[in-house]
Amino acid sequence: MSWFKRVKEGITTSTEDKKSVPDGLWHKCPRCKKAVTTAEHEANQFVCPGCNYHDKIGSKEYFELLFDESNYTELFANIYPTDPLEFKDTKDYKSRLADSQKKSGMTDAMRVGTGTIQSFPIVIACMDFNFIGGSMGSVMGEKIARAIDYGRENKMPVMVISKSGGARMMEAAFSLMQMAKTSAKLALLAKDGIPYISLLTDPTTGGVTASFAMLGDFNIAEPEALIGFAGPRVIRETIGKDLPKGFQSSEFLLEHGFVDMIVNRTNLRSQLGQLLSLLANKPLVKPEVE
Amino acid sequence: MAYFDFEKPIEELELQLENIKKTADKNKLDLTASVFELQEKIEKAKQDIYSNLTGWQRVQISRHTDRPYTLDYVEHVFTDFIEMHGDRNVKDDKAMIGGIARIGDQSVMVIGHQKGRNTKQRQMRNFGMANPEGYRKALRLMKLAEKFNMPIITLIDTPGASPGLEAEERGQGEAIAKNLLEMSVLKVPVICVVIGEGASGGALGIGIGDRVMMLENTWYSVISPESCSSILWRSWEHKEKAAEALKLTAKDMLKNGLIDGVIPEPLGGAHNNPEKMYQTLKDSLQNMIADLSKLSCEKLIETRIGKFSKMGSYTEL
Repeated sequence: MSWFKRVKEGITTSTEDKKSVPDGLWHKCPRCKKAVTTAEHEANQFVCPGCNYHDKIGSKEYFELLFDESNYTELFANIYPTDPLEFKDTKDYKSRLADSQKKSGMTDAMRVGTGTIQSFPIVIACMDFNFIGGSMGSVMGEKIARAIDYGRENKMPVMVISKSGGARMMEAAFSLMQMAKTSAKLALLAKDGIPYISLLTDPTTGGVTASFAMLGDFNIAEPEALIGFAGPRVIRETIGKDLPKGFQSSEFLLEHGFVDMIVNRTNLRSQLGQLLSLLANKPLVKPEVE
Repeated sequence: MAYFDFEKPIEELELQLENIKKTADKNKLDLTASVFELQEKIEKAKQDIYSNLTGWQRVQISRHTDRPYTLDYVEHVFTDFIEMHGDRNVKDDKAMIGGIARIGDQSVMVIGHQKGRNTKQRQMRNFGMANPEGYRKALRLMKLAEKFNMPIITLIDTPGASPGLEAEERGQGEAIAKNLLEMSVLKVPVICVVIGEGASGGALGIGIGDRVMMLENTWYSVISPESCSSILWRSWEHKEKAAEALKLTAKDMLKNGLIDGVIPEPLGGAHNNPEKMYQTLKDSLQNMIADLSKLSCEKLIETRIGKFSKMGSYTEL
């Protein structure tokens, strides 16, 4: 016989009477574990209200966040990747591509859109990390090149939003040469005196960092993003020591002079509007309530 | 001379040849016929082996420690070399060398990665892995060449840009990126030659040219076969497979339209007959300079940018 006795019944609600919570209604911050409703999370541009953690988002989310009334025209959507080297590691590249295309509904890791930000026209090329790690292959290179050409033809600023692990190994030297291609195109844009804005988000590493991501007239970073040339693991293995805290973060790059500013995603649209208006030497037409 | 595994048949034949010669000397015998026969065999073995090299075997040759390095070419292909130092900001990067020299009677700017031959040199040269100041020094020299209307020759031989704390602090990514942009609009002819290893952004950082060439037994890709193996196969064991998959040889690169030409090496690789290699490279460089000098600077830039803009493989549906 136990020495205590339950005097009051515990849970009396029957399973059917429980209020159900549908899946995906809550979002738990991967860093501070704070829970908010997904609607709140989305309204806050996928930034945690508790710790300011910027969740990874895709091109669609960036375009909806940045363009006026979430209104934009997608460009160059008909460019598809090929498998020029018939690359095969543990899996062949063709099936990797097919799987990623099926999963993401995209052709490759980049989308280009044009529209206005606070009434200033702009063309934006944005990466999608969930497509083979946002890796840079021929399609990404070509889309950036065409976005730059579009900016030159229409005399509008060009922005690239980077979120990528770097080059796409399955396209080997083709991938490497996209660094040359995009940088050469940026030289032409610079000659025309058209602004180029680079937004660096978590993560921006490898060949992307060593080409267009670092070439902005304005290099803007999201808070606490990993930005670097060599990956942290490679550096750790090379020097045989642990890396200092905050190494290769946006704040580290700001401190060392490689980004102009760190902008919270929630302020990004208004900050870009202000920048574009200054560059156009025109007043901000309507200071919107964000 | 160090032999690779795949050169074992040659090594054995050469050993035999040596023994026969010794025996002949010692016993005062006339073995000319046998010597001749063996020499023919060796020549045939070499032809067989070197004309069917795999990607990985070429990677091995490209790293042979007896291969000529940048400063060897500077000494034997050029004259009157004056080395210049420093990026004017931080320091002098010894993994990247450069200066003014003459080829024939043409003044040029020569820039290249530099590796070391022994432990001490290798450390000093950081194994041919340049830091941001190396790329910035290279750009400074290229701008000088542009100012004084001199063709630029870059010699590429690096296992990659240096990965390290200081490299990141000083903006390795930005340094390389800046070179890619600036090199694409240089007003003078730019000739780039991969003379050994061409690894990734570290190679491309001095690799934007009107003519991008590879010596026959070199490699050029986005990553080394070892690193590729460790990332995609999660082990270092698959480097041979990775070397094949990456299509990193000069022949493959030319076929894919990513370089402009292949410069032949002496049989068995540049280290087997450096003198011949120097002469071949010199002739090739002089021909290219002569061709490119006929073009206006506008035409040079337009063609250069046009060439890189076309690189890639995709379809439009």
